[in-house]
This record gives sequence, structure tokens and C-alpha cells, in this order.
Amino acid sequence: MKHNPYRTEKIAFSLLFLATIVVLLPVILIIGIIVQKGWPAISWEFLTAMPEKGMREGGIFPAIVGTLFLVLGTLTFALPLGVMSAIFLVEYAKDNVLTRLVKLAIINLAGVPSVVYGLFGLGIFVMFLKFGASILAGSLTLAIMVLPIIITTTREALESVPQSFREVSLSLGVSKWQTIRYSVLPHALPGILTGIILAVSRAAGETAPILFTVAAFYLPKLPDSIFDQVMALPYHLYVISTQVPNVDPKVRYGTALVLLLIVLSMNFVAIVLRSKFRKKKKW
Amino acid sequence: MKTAVETQDLNLFYGDFQALKNINLRVKENSITALIGPSGCGKSTLLRTFNRMNDLIEGVRIEGRIVIEGENILAGGTDLVTLRKKVGMVFQRPNPFPLSIEENILFAPKIHKTAAKADHERIVEESLKSVLLWDNLKDKLGKNALNLTLEQQQRLCIARLLPVKPEILLMDEPCSALDPIATERIEELMRVLKEHYTILIVTHNMQQAARVSDDTGFMLLGELIEFASTGSIFTNPSDQRTNDYITGRFG
Repeated sequence: MKHNPYRTEKIAFSLLFLATIVVLLPVILIIGIIVQKGWPAISWEFLTAMPEKGMREGGIFPAIVGTLFLVLGTLTFALPLGVMSAIFLVEYAKDNVLTRLVKLAIINLAGVPSVVYGLFGLGIFVMFLKFGASILAGSLTLAIMVLPIIITTTREALESVPQSFREVSLSLGVSKWQTIRYSVLPHALPGILTGIILAVSRAAGETAPILFTVAAFYLPKLPDSIFDQVMALPYHLYVISTQVPNVDPKVRYGTALVLLLIVLSMNFVAIVLRSKFRKKKKW
Repeated sequence: MKTAVETQDLNLFYGDFQALKNINLRVKENSITALIGPSGCGKSTLLRTFNRMNDLIEGVRIEGRIVIEGENILAGGTDLVTLRKKVGMVFQRPNPFPLSIEENILFAPKIHKTAAKADHERIVEESLKSVLLWDNLKDKLGKNALNLTLEQQQRLCIARLLPVKPEILLMDEPCSALDPIATERIEELMRVLKEHYTILIVTHNMQQAARVSDDTGFMLLGELIEFASTGSIFTNPSDQRTNDYITGRFG
């Protein structure tokens, strides 16, 4: 057969196009199936009532509240720590062995499997520091997990602020910290915000880190203090899907839908913020 | 005339590379002093020693003395914040903050807390009048400064310095991003400003130095080859290398 450049062009195009479409497929299927099968379960009662009859009926209110508490707790620890260390790394740290080591550590921290964080939290916070399985221990564990996200996005946001802003500010007799506070951070804020939201959605969705550190199998009440266990959406979903027999599939899909909505809507907000930020940026 | 800035045996190193060699010069008060020379001759580096902006570069080492108002600003305990309030800087590219015109001018006084809220309006007006922008911009003070023309942006950057009450203005090729007409107007502004400020300008443009400055220093490979009144540098240079440069034989 003669070599025909038009034919190979067509084949290449079709293959590449097909590959791209295949990427779309799982997303559409996952969202489609979960919405289709979970939507009938969603009701005011489902969202605001305690679970009943061994979690086969009733609502998922404590799991939603538990997840919200965990997210809040995670941010309480990870946000100041992550943002402050990122500011130090970008604005103050000299390029030396220690700084490079710290940066390497952050990259590696991002690559640790989440179950390892769970076991680490169990060892350090639950057992060694004797917090027990609690909101405190779970939040700390999740905080360590999302630290690299917050540090990395904050660093990128700070580095994207033009060096000239710092120079001008310093040349006007403004001190280094004031320069960071008034002419760097305000311009980096949207980027930092994006990182925070991504961290939140990660913290809300992970199961393994909370498995041993906070999540309760069945606890139909709201927590009284940060030393209480709570139910959490991802773990609750795991429990009703594998540990409890005869659960109406509707309830499972409904729970999955709620979790998915929380995480996806946060990601959506992050994407919108980021694109707004890019449009506004003129330098 | 009084001396505003004096350098004594100034040497500057980037690591092993010596960027400034034994510089001695005296800048007169309320005059315009131009530093000329080919790219990489160290003129910008010299300018940036006067407000210690070179401190931002890692591995920089400076020897000698720079005396401003009787004090050696290279001495250990020098307060950089005070120094930089006294010695303002205009950069090569106009670089207003992406804020409103008003906010740009009030940026420093707000942080330094040197002005009461009631004075803000007056400061904005005075600063813009000093750079001859007030009539054009008084109705759009809330507009984003990045929407101005480059010339207006550069004027605004000069205006932004004034509320800090500097005595010396360092200008690092302030017109290199501007067209000839805008350049001429900025030069006009410099002549007005020299009534109140001592101006040091680095420029690539020999005609500009000849037009605007009172004294001129010619630099080559980190050395100050010749420093004299602008008239004598351009009509009767004492060094052959200066003569070669101003007649366009190299550079």
C-alpha cells in the first residue's frame, strides 16, 4: 500500500480525539449515576435528621456536621501555619541547604499516601499525646495532610506578585514586613484563597486520615467538645456501603451525592476565583 | 554649593566580580547629576548604592564610604527605612501599583502614618500638581493607575515619592520606556523639581544628559573615568575614552 499522508492524518486525529473523549467518560458516568440514583434520597429530613434503624433510615445530619467541624478544625491549624511558612520561604529565606531541604520536605509531604497520615495521626495525636479519637486528633491529622497544598499554592501566589512591587515599596522607606503586608499579600490573596478552598475540599473528602483518628461508626448526636468523636461523610459512606447489610441503595447514593456536592462546589468556587483573579491581573 | 552626596573610595563586588572600582564623586545640592556610560558599566549599580537597594541582591559586598548629610550610610547601624525616605527612587519601567491614582500617592504616607486622614486630599493634590498631572487627572483620582499612559504613569511614580518628603531623587533611566515627546516633558519636569530636590539620573541617552544635567559622570567597566560639569564633559573632555564615547566611537 502506498503511504498516504491524508489517511495517517485522519487516523492520528481520530485517535487523539477519542482519547480525549474517553477522559470525559468516567466523570460523566460518576456524576450521572450518583445524581440519578441519589437524588430521590435527598430531602430536608435526609439532610437534617439523625440516622435511624442502624443507619438504614433517617438522615445523615451528624455526618454533615462532623465533616464541617473537621474542615474548620483543619483550617484552624493548617491555614496560619501554611501561609506563614510560605511567606517565610518566599520572602525571607535565603537559598541555602536548609531552605532547599524544607522545600523538598514539603514536596515529599504531598506525596505521602493518605493512609500513612491516618496511622501517623493515630500514633502521635491519638495515642502519644492522648487526645483519643477526637475532632482535635482528626483535624491535626488532616491539617498535616493539606499543609503542602496550602504552602505550595501560597508560594505560587506570592511568587506571582512582581518583584517591582517589593522594590518600589522598599524604596519608599517601607519596612520589609510592611512591604509584605501592604504590597505583596493583597495581590496574592486570591491565589492563597484558591489554595485554601482546594485544601478544604481535600480535607472534606478523605477517608483514610480520619479512619483511626476521629470518625465514629455510629454516633447519632452532635459533639460537645473537640475531644469528642464525630461521624464524617466519607467514612459514613464507607460504613453504610460495606459494613451494614440491607441499606437501601438510595441512601448510599444520596450520601455520596451530598459528599460530592460539597467537594465539587468548593472546587468550583476555587476555579471561579482563580479565573477572576487572572482577568483582573494586568501587570 | 553644598554637597548632597559624596562617595569615598567606593568599591562594590558581586561575589568575585568587582562592579564598582574606587568611585569618588561629589553631588551638589539642588542640581541634576547624570551618570552615563555603556551597558554594564556599573552606573545603575552606583545609583542603587545611594539608597542601599543593592542590599536586596545576595552576595553583594560594598567597601568605602557614602556620605549623605554628614553620615556614612554604609555604616553598620544605618536605618534603611530613614535612608530610603530621604533618598527616593524612580525606576526604569513606570511601576505604579495596580491601585487607583489616589491610593498610589497615599501608599507611603498611609503606611508611615505621617498624614492625618483630613490631609489626604491635600497631599494628593499637591503631589499631582508638583508633577503637572493635577489638571488632567483631578476628576479621575479613583481610576486604576495602570490605565494611564506610560508618561503619566512615570509622572505618577515621581508624585508617589513626594509625600515621603525625600531630599534626593534617584532616577534609573526614567525615560527609556517613553517616546521622545514624553521624554522631553519629563526632562522639563526634572528642571522644575531640581528647585527642591537633588536629582541623580542614570541614562543611556547622551543627549538627555547634555540637555538636562549640571554635572556628568562618565563610567566604563566599573570605573568613574571622568566627573565634571556637563558643559566641559561634552565640549572638552579630558580623557580620551570619554571623548570616544560621547563622539559615538563606541557604546
